[in-house]
Parts: sequence; C-alpha cells; structure tokens
Amino acid sequence: MTSASAGVAVDAMLPSAGAPPNARALRSADAWERRRLLGLVSPAVVLVTIIMVVPVAWLFYLSTQSDAGSFSLEHYRRMWEQPSYARTFVTTFQVSALTTAICVLLGYPLAYFLSELPKRTANLCMIAVMLPLWTSMLVRTYAWLVLLQRRGLINSWGMSLGWWDEPLALVHNLTGTLVGTVHVMLPFLVMPLYAAMCAIDRDLLKAAANLGATPAQTFRRVFFPLSLPGLSTGALIVFILCLGFYITPAVLGGGKVIMVSTRIASDIELFFNWGAASALGVVLLVLTTLILFVASKLLRLEGVLRGGGTR
Amino acid sequence: MVRSSSLPISIRQLTKRYGDAHALDHIDLDIRSGEFLTLLGPSGSGKTTLLTVLAGFTRPDSGSLKFGETEMICTPPHRRDVGMVFQNYALFPHMTVAGNVAFPLTLRGVKGAEAAQRVEKALEMVRLGGYGARGVDQLSGGQRQRVALARAMVFEPRIMLMDEPLSALDKQLREHMQFELRQLHDQLGMTTVYVTHDQREALTMSDRIAVINGGRIMQLAAPREIYERPANRFVAEFIGESTFVPVTVAAGAVAFGGRTLAPATAEADGPRLMMLRPERLQVLSPGHAEGLNLLDAKLNAAVYQGDSSLLQVTLADGTVVGVRCTSLGDSANGALEPGARLTLGLAPRDTVLLPAESAA
Repeated sequence: MTSASAGVAVDAMLPSAGAPPNARALRSADAWERRRLLGLVSPAVVLVTIIMVVPVAWLFYLSTQSDAGSFSLEHYRRMWEQPSYARTFVTTFQVSALTTAICVLLGYPLAYFLSELPKRTANLCMIAVMLPLWTSMLVRTYAWLVLLQRRGLINSWGMSLGWWDEPLALVHNLTGTLVGTVHVMLPFLVMPLYAAMCAIDRDLLKAAANLGATPAQTFRRVFFPLSLPGLSTGALIVFILCLGFYITPAVLGGGKVIMVSTRIASDIELFFNWGAASALGVVLLVLTTLILFVASKLLRLEGVLRGGGTR
Repeated sequence: MVRSSSLPISIRQLTKRYGDAHALDHIDLDIRSGEFLTLLGPSGSGKTTLLTVLAGFTRPDSGSLKFGETEMICTPPHRRDVGMVFQNYALFPHMTVAGNVAFPLTLRGVKGAEAAQRVEKALEMVRLGGYGARGVDQLSGGQRQRVALARAMVFEPRIMLMDEPLSALDKQLREHMQFELRQLHDQLGMTTVYVTHDQREALTMSDRIAVINGGRIMQLAAPREIYERPANRFVAEFIGESTFVPVTVAAGAVAFGGRTLAPATAEADGPRLMMLRPERLQVLSPGHAEGLNLLDAKLNAAVYQGDSSLLQVTLADGTVVGVRCTSLGDSANGALEPGARLTLGLAPRDTVLLPAESAA
C-alpha cells in the first residue's frame, strides 16, 4: 500500500447517497499509518530480542544443566546448602549498601552545592565530576592500589609525618573495596540528583521563606522532599550497579571481599563450571529484580524511572 | 474598613544598583495602612525589585524600610510576616491544596482542629471550599491562583505583596479575578502592594498607583489623577493612548495652530507639551462649539473598530493624532471622506499641558 493508492481512494469516494464522505478512505489511511509505524519499530524490537532476551533465556537454560548435560537443579541446591554462597551474597549486598550510603552522604552535599552555583561554573564542576567516567576503570582501580597499599603513598606519608607507626591495612579488605567502589559510583548518584535539584523552582524556596520557614525548615520541608526522587533514582542506580561490580572489588578486595561477580569469574576461569556460574547470575538477576520491584513500591519510583527524576 | 492589624509601610532613600544600572534610585514612598497600592511600570523599571525588597528576597544597597514603626531592612524574609502571591503561584507540588495552605500555620505552631478550620475558611474565602484533598497538579490555572492567595492570607498577615498574580490567566478570568482580589482586600483590609505592567489592571484595582521607570517613582496618585493629570510625558504615554504637540503658553492661554486654547490648569508662560487622548477629542458639526477648545484637522483615514471608530487626522502643525468616535451618528462621520477638513473639539479640562522636554 502506497500513499498514491490512498490518494486515488479519496478521489473515488466522493459523496455517494447516504454514506459519510471519505469515511472508508480515512479509516484505511489510519490503518496504513499504524502499519507503517510498526514497520519502523520492528528492527529495534528484533535487535532487543536478540541481544537482551535470548542471552537471558540462555542463561536460565545453562543454569539448569547438570555437568553431565541433563536437566537438574543441582547448582541451585548447592548454592542453598553451602554456607559460603550465602556469605558471598551477604558480602555483595553489604558492599552495595555501604557504597550507596557513602555515595549519598558525599554526593548530596556535592549536588546541592553544584545546583546553587551559577550555570557556567556548575557546568565546569560537573565536567570535573564526570571526568572519572571517561578514564578506564582499571586504571583508576590500580591507581587506588598504588595509593592505599602497605608501602603506598598514603602509608609512607602518614608514617614519615609520624601520624601512625605501623602501615595501616587500607587495601585488600572492605575499606579498600569501598574506597574504590565509591570513587567509581559517585557520578552515577550525583548526575540524576543534580538534575532533580536544578529542576526545583527557586521561587518555592522563596515562598517557603515568605510563609515563615527558616532556612533549615525550608530545606527539610520543601527542598529535600522535592530532591528525593532524584536521590532515590541515583541511589538505586548505584546500588544495582554495585551488585554486579567486578573489577574494583576483585583488585582492591584482594580475594578477601568475595562478591557474586568475583565468584562467577572464578567458577568459569578455575572450574569451567558454566552451570554454577549461570545459576549465580540467575539468582543475582532475580534478587535485583525483586529489589527494584520493592523499591518502586516503597519509593513510588515509577515516574522517576521513566522521567529522569524531576518529579 | 481598615483592620487594626494592617500596617503602613514607609520607604526612605531605597537604593539598589546592579553594576552601573540603578534598579532602585533613592525611592521614597509611604504606603498607607490598609491601602491597595499598585507599582506600575514597564519591565525592567524596578517595580519587581522594589517588591522583592519588601519581601526580603533582595538586599538593597542602602535605605530604610519600616513596617509600622519597626525597621525591617535587615530582617530575613521568614521573620517579616508578610503574605506574598508569586507570579507563577509557587505552590508546593509535593503537598495537597490543604497542605499548601496549612504550611504557614504549621510553622506558626497552629495545629490540629484549629489549623484545619482556618485552612477550610481560607479556601472558602477564595471559593475553593472542599478542594483541600486535591493535588496541586489537578487544579486549573485560576484555581492555583486562588490556592496561592489562600495560602498567603491564611496566617492573617498585615501586609500582602502580589507580583503580577494574574498575568498567567486568560483575559476573561483575569478581569474577573481583579474584582475578586479587590473585594478580598476590602474584606480583610491588609495593606496590599500589587505589581503589574498592565495599566488597565492598575486603574481598575488600586487606591493609588505608583508609576515607576528607571528605578524612580514618576508619579504617585489615585488612578483618576494618573490618567487625567499625568505629571510628565512618561506617565502620559505609559497609561492610555496619547499624542503630544509642542505648544507655547502666553498670558495664561495656549497658542496652537493659529487658535487660542484654554488650558486645564493655570500655567506660567513658556513652551509646553499638550497631551491629546483620542477618546477626549471629538469631531464637531458646525455650531456645536460651546465652551470647547477648537483644533483644525484634516482627515487621513477612518477605521471601523466595532464599539467605536478611530479617525486618523493631521493637525495644523502636521502632527498626526487619533480621534475616537463612539457614536456613528456623531456629526455624520460615516460620510467622511479622506482629505475632509474637520474641526475638533477638546474640553478645557482635558487640555492637559506637560513640561516641555529639555533640549537634550
């Protein structure tokens, strides 16, 4: 069906007795437009199916295959029975929650400060916030290793200045892992939060002051609630990215902080056990989905996830 | 009716500069207790700056501001206890209508049943009784406007500030709200300072109008006086339509185009500008000239505008002015042809002379 044929139809449908003029031609033009839209969308639909749906389905399939190649739930059973797996999940959630909390504590004042700056200065500062994102994560992680290790920059300076006598254990433990993850994740919290804060109408703050609110009350009753959607968006992004974090915990945790992703890597690299790795991936995916679902109910995030967190 | 709790405002030598430009240039202004005063001026004239100084959002460079006997110039906004209606309403989007209106009460420690009762009373006052539970985004522009008004008056401030509160509404609603705002003011009696750039709004609502330009008050007077006796060319041009012709005053009479006119007020000799408003000029049929000043004119064009006709005429000195005729029968101007010679009449009380501009 082409537009030319639609044009012919209109000419042919000049008012005949009783029938409303051109009703059929207009209806078919509607249908034609819908079909055309569907046609335009279909490549994207096919692409999403191939790169998103198929791999996840494959992951599910692999996780239910025993080593011998038959259907079994042995990987899931092992995960349930061996306490080391539970510990891995606890560590993963612990690192993610702590990273998110520290990012919120550091990022909220930063975003607030940026949102109060004049536009030009704020844009420059925002580039500084984003700069780490444009550097290789591996480079940044090893840079932290150089700073934090036993004979690293921080320990040697601290000891030569006499602040402490023995090298502090700053890396290959939870502390080191958190330093690294917070550094990587902070921009993901600041960006949506900054956008939400910039979108807050400054007249609202003036109105609050005019109605009798002290600066602290204005912040607590007006500014903070209005920035909350941006904050929850950012916190959720950080938390979920942390759940699957690999490089930084692996390098800075030094084998002592075992996250799910670390375990998946070792299952594949050391034991060639694709089934066990897939089962871990499936459990992580399901847990993440559950968290997203609960969070969206609790924080009423529907609008946030769609709209980028202005309101 | 002046409520005992309304306050006069006294402004002395208020100055605010942004770089080299004076936003406020040594403003002196006394606003009476319970008065409805309008700050009228073009954009950038300083009227909004003056209002934000009153609210405490802008810190001036120097000057004095008193509410009653109390010096307020350094008082932060949250301790000024003035109501304010913002141009874009500034309703809190995360609160319901009732939450918005209750906000100033909560901050003042009014809680529970008393707060609920006062909120409902304020909402009824703006004819939004029963709307408390609605979200702000469920309201129309006019309704938001009313909520903003209810919120600003629920804590019974003695001074109310309004920053072009009607500018976002359509024409019909705006005219309706003008009357309603004025009624509320008369009912509650608080001192009201109203900012607008709409001259008709200012004329409709105000007890007095302060016309502001370039950070200075050009004239402070009642609406009628502002319109009938503008103090200078700026006020005359800004309010209503007007054309100016240079004239000379000699021996108390105005000489113009070979005729002698009687001015509205006694004037000393010298050059002046005569203000001509289209609706104050009339086309005379022969023999209807009692007590009127006469002007000779030539008709250029006549335009039918529904409720009136606008004639464009050239005066003796070549100045082109408009003449508004409200009645079609009036001297049979329906039959007028371009090029026709006319005699215009102007009442002496409308023959307003303004100071001539300096040579610069």
